[in-house]
Amino acid sequence: MPEIRNDIRFILNGADVALTDVAPDATLLDWLRLNRSLRGTKEGCAEGDCGACTVLVGKLSAESLVYESVNACIRFMGSLDGTHVVTVEHLCGDGEKLHPVQQAMVDFHGSQCGFCTPGFIMSLYALWMRTPDPSNAAIEKALQGNLCRCTGYEAIMRAAHAISSYGEAAKDPLAAEREDITARLKALRDGARVEIGLGKARLIVPASVDDFAALLEKEPGATIIAGSTDVGLWVTKHMREISPAIFIGGLDGLRTILEKDGVITIGAGATYTEAFETLSKRIPALGPLVDRIGGEQVRNMGTIGGNIANGSPIGDTPPPLIALGAQLTLRKGEARRTIPLETFFIAYGEQDRQPGEFVEAVHVPVPTRGEKFAVYKVTKRRDEDITATLGAFYLTLAKDGTVADIRIAYGGMAATPKRATAVEKALIGKVWNEETVEAAMAEYASDFTPLTDMRATAEYRALAARNLLLRFYIETTGTKAPFQVSRNEAA
Amino acid sequence: MNKHATPNLKAEKIAGGVATDQRHDSAHKHVSGAAVYIDDMPEPAGTLHIGLGLSTVAHGALKSIDLSAVRSAPGVVDVLTHADVPGENDVSPSNMHDDPVLAEGKVEFYGQPIFAVVAETREEARRAARLAKIEYDELPAVIDIWNLDPVNDKQVTTPLILKRGDAAAAIAAAPRRIKNRMWLGGQDHFYLEGQVSLAIPGEDDEVIVYCSTQGPSETQHLVAHALGVPSHAVTVEVRRMGGGFGGKETQANQCAAIAAVAAKKLKRAVKIRLDRDEDMTATGKRHDFAIDYEVGFDDEGNILGVDFTYALRCGFSADLSGPVGDRALFHCDNAYFYPAVHAKSAPLYTNTVSNTAFRGFGGPQGMAGAERVIDEVAFAVGKDSLEIRKLNFYDPMEAIGERSVTPYHQKVEDCIIQRIVAELEESANYARRRREISAFNNNSRFIKRGLALTPVKFGISFTKTEANQAGALVHVYADGSVHMNHGGTEMGQGLHLKVAQVVAEEFQIDLDRVKITATTTAKVPNTSPTAASSGADLNGMAAQDAARQIRKRLTDFAADKYQVPHDQVVFLPNRVRIGNQEVAFNDLVKQAYINRIQLSAAGFYKTPKIHWDRSKGRGHAFYYYAYGAACSEVSVDTLTGEYVVERTDILHDAGRSLNRAIDLGQVEGGFIQGMGWLTTEELWWDNGGRLRTHAPSTYKIPLASDRPKIFNVKLTDWSSAYEPTIHRSKAVGEPPLPHGMSVLHALSDAVASVADHKICPRLDAPATPERVLMAIERLKREAVKPA
Repeated sequence: MPEIRNDIRFILNGADVALTDVAPDATLLDWLRLNRSLRGTKEGCAEGDCGACTVLVGKLSAESLVYESVNACIRFMGSLDGTHVVTVEHLCGDGEKLHPVQQAMVDFHGSQCGFCTPGFIMSLYALWMRTPDPSNAAIEKALQGNLCRCTGYEAIMRAAHAISSYGEAAKDPLAAEREDITARLKALRDGARVEIGLGKARLIVPASVDDFAALLEKEPGATIIAGSTDVGLWVTKHMREISPAIFIGGLDGLRTILEKDGVITIGAGATYTEAFETLSKRIPALGPLVDRIGGEQVRNMGTIGGNIANGSPIGDTPPPLIALGAQLTLRKGEARRTIPLETFFIAYGEQDRQPGEFVEAVHVPVPTRGEKFAVYKVTKRRDEDITATLGAFYLTLAKDGTVADIRIAYGGMAATPKRATAVEKALIGKVWNEETVEAAMAEYASDFTPLTDMRATAEYRALAARNLLLRFYIETTGTKAPFQVSRNEAA
Repeated sequence: MNKHATPNLKAEKIAGGVATDQRHDSAHKHVSGAAVYIDDMPEPAGTLHIGLGLSTVAHGALKSIDLSAVRSAPGVVDVLTHADVPGENDVSPSNMHDDPVLAEGKVEFYGQPIFAVVAETREEARRAARLAKIEYDELPAVIDIWNLDPVNDKQVTTPLILKRGDAAAAIAAAPRRIKNRMWLGGQDHFYLEGQVSLAIPGEDDEVIVYCSTQGPSETQHLVAHALGVPSHAVTVEVRRMGGGFGGKETQANQCAAIAAVAAKKLKRAVKIRLDRDEDMTATGKRHDFAIDYEVGFDDEGNILGVDFTYALRCGFSADLSGPVGDRALFHCDNAYFYPAVHAKSAPLYTNTVSNTAFRGFGGPQGMAGAERVIDEVAFAVGKDSLEIRKLNFYDPMEAIGERSVTPYHQKVEDCIIQRIVAELEESANYARRRREISAFNNNSRFIKRGLALTPVKFGISFTKTEANQAGALVHVYADGSVHMNHGGTEMGQGLHLKVAQVVAEEFQIDLDRVKITATTTAKVPNTSPTAASSGADLNGMAAQDAARQIRKRLTDFAADKYQVPHDQVVFLPNRVRIGNQEVAFNDLVKQAYINRIQLSAAGFYKTPKIHWDRSKGRGHAFYYYAYGAACSEVSVDTLTGEYVVERTDILHDAGRSLNRAIDLGQVEGGFIQGMGWLTTEELWWDNGGRLRTHAPSTYKIPLASDRPKIFNVKLTDWSSAYEPTIHRSKAVGEPPLPHGMSVLHALSDAVASVADHKICPRLDAPATPERVLMAIERLKREAVKPA
């Protein structure tokens, strides 16, 4: 058993912090505002959608220090052990010279009411440190998790392009202090487990994946928290009790990503940002999808493991992973089993996961040459929106142009992520042409009976979902004509 | 800005006068997190927090309320119900007595506040609020207005009728006629800072309420009313809001009243800050509209007569629904002359949250009806909609003839829409792009482009005549620095900055000598809400008046002391020329103080010329009009209805702008907000009357990546207010919002291409990808149907 300590340790702006009185459901935003009176960071929605609470969290990733924008409103204190939290107050002190990001926003009239502004500053700061001269597309992507209701964003875009004319990212204080902060964060990694009890509430940060496995086996009812982009709302919106809570987001052993024999294995604790760095490179059709999952802050927190494990019918990664033929490794104590991802989803709210068991990794086969794969997400608003319908297609053609195999999986169309088996059946063995596709489109009605809700009517879901098959067909013809609207190509 | 800089006594111009580009006065504080919003203020020791208990049915009698578990929950100090309201249990802004502070006997919408928990922490208050056991006798609930009768179903206030000529006869006699209906969804304000108030009890009956409100005087009045004390006991103060957009014109009052009642009862400071979900569930929004229209026209596309019924979803109480419906009617003409017109409003009662002001205040909905009519006529006669628009414009100001009278019998004397549209048509290359898009669509099977150019004419003034007044308070301290205060509120629009520029201009001192201070009912009384785009027009004039009074005293003093005629006292930048010598402004002020000259003044302004007789539907309702036009191009995916805005060009009239940098931001932001209203922002109630789009996860306002890919926004550099407004500038808060219509109509144009532009798509709003796809499907079906 590892050593146990009873405090959370991290760096807040310049100061070392050690806290012994942390509740499992305490959020970073409330702590900053109420305990530390750092009120530059605002609450706009308390659900990780508006970005007014954006702060940076610096973490050691493969020994190097990475700063990421995150939503403080749904970030739990328990997940901060061993990190560097940077708030807007750290950019310039009272009466001091403004930071380049801030000065650019002032000079280009990037604020009106100013309430969302600190969040924009922090998102732009994270982008600028990484990409000092970003493209329009890069800025828009970095700002997908920041809502502004006043400016119409144009002034903010102008400011974002101008930041580097106010200063050099390489000379930024966070860059200059990199070695010092890295050393201080390394010193915080003592290999201990954190256990804090506060009244009846308990918070645990395991020392390692093995430690986590052992803990969960003993406490199968514990709430597992990786990115907290879902559990955060259980607390802020539903006021649910989550104790005992086990925080696994900081476990390096769950964040590994490696490729072997054409299969990419992603640790369940890898964030969208981390996982898609590899996935988008190796499976380019996944690239456009990740840009439409949450905002940057959510992608920096949320994990693919969590997206799978919570079993939501509108999670965006299960359908493409099912179409790709992904496998899932579950672990309980020392015992592991690997199943097809598809079979993990049993019914609404029901997954093939035993008490004390957790999702450890997902294994994604990389399509070989000649196989065609695509995924399309349909939403009300293009970015940072929840799926109305999402279709993923994986096609293997025989030499004679007939469909040797096809896997089609959808989100938003049933109580779980679900294969379109009747449609697949109507395609397999047929010549892959528009006639075949048209005929198969009629089969959607036997695969899916979607619901009407605030995102879309059943009628629209059914229609758009089957049109996606036609879109996929058109894409496989290699046409040069546009077959979907695009944000990033000029008019 | 260096606060200690010595004023430049040789300057040719002051730094920061009117008609100069200035940064928002708080910009440096916005970016550093140092700007203080109400929830950021240090709380007085012992401050308590409120959590609301909301109704979970849309309509019902309150059978029993068991709050015992709430009272015994950790941290709870008290639980308030309507019985704890010492004055009248009402915050109706229209004196209709239909807006309870806390529900009494019945609830009329899902989410209506029934009780308020007061606890040591906000979290404890929110947790405890969930423990109530409330039984309802449910009653039938009316959620939607689509199937209601605009005349016979229950209304929350008196409708308005506008008529000029005999519309029925004109339509009947017209060569061609079309009758149809359109739907416009509502809109949540989504100010980033939600509703918040902090009430601090004082001596005797006093209380001070820090409230994120656009209307401090009204908040003061209604808090006093709820407390049963005179208005003089209540002070309401607001330095800035984190966005308002109309959502804090009346909707801040309920929270303010609850906090004040709790603070007075418990003799402790009390704060209320709504969670986003509660805010969106329990506070009012832009009205949804169902618009019935019938138009008679000729083969050229000249409109001969038109009849409108604007039915609006008001929710359970009147709030501002009467004037919102009125303003919709005032804008049923947009920029078009109707030879004969009949228009009526139907402010319908529903069991939904009471709808309220939202930037444009019904005007955009009125215009959207006009633009639909234009589209119908254009498709019927087979012409580009822009041609029909131009055909039906009001007469231009330089050639006013018979086509200049509005449906409310006001003469349009300042029409510049022709010139604006002509310039925009040219700069946006409308004709060339129309041809290119047509060619593109012929060669593109799935992606279709659409283009539209829509005009805006927006009437400026409150239609409630008494609201068109303003006050200001200006002090000049003995060191020559100036304290500026007025009745307007700052919600991001740069009002304080503009008014400070006006004051700096009057005194001819640098802008940094003028201190902007929080709006408070203790300094300027009986103010109007900062609404109707009127902030700079009214308060700028009032502040100018105050500054002029002081300047006159300084002039009199200088003339007397230096023994020169008055006209030889001239205010130059940071100095005053008195006869042949120049004296620093600061020195003159010092001398004036020593000579016991009053250096403080209250300023006042009331808008001249305007009058309005609602019962007759006649008057000079607006002091002037603001104009503009927008041209948008979209690409639509005909398989899913998804779209992107490829390009938008806007030319907007802000008169002689006080600050073009600020005004440009208003136009850009207003357009995007209008676009959001008409595209992705959808309010969706379930059958039980529960709003399901009550958070940004489900309610989708535009993101940076929803901006047009190419976005060219310009202010006219030649226009000037026809009336003597403050430095001949024009109001710019609301008029740009309806430019979003250009996107709706561009989408409609793209949809129309699937049926060769022969069928009017009648695309309703919000035009979500779903509505776009369904319109495409309808047109495809109708195109193959035999005629």
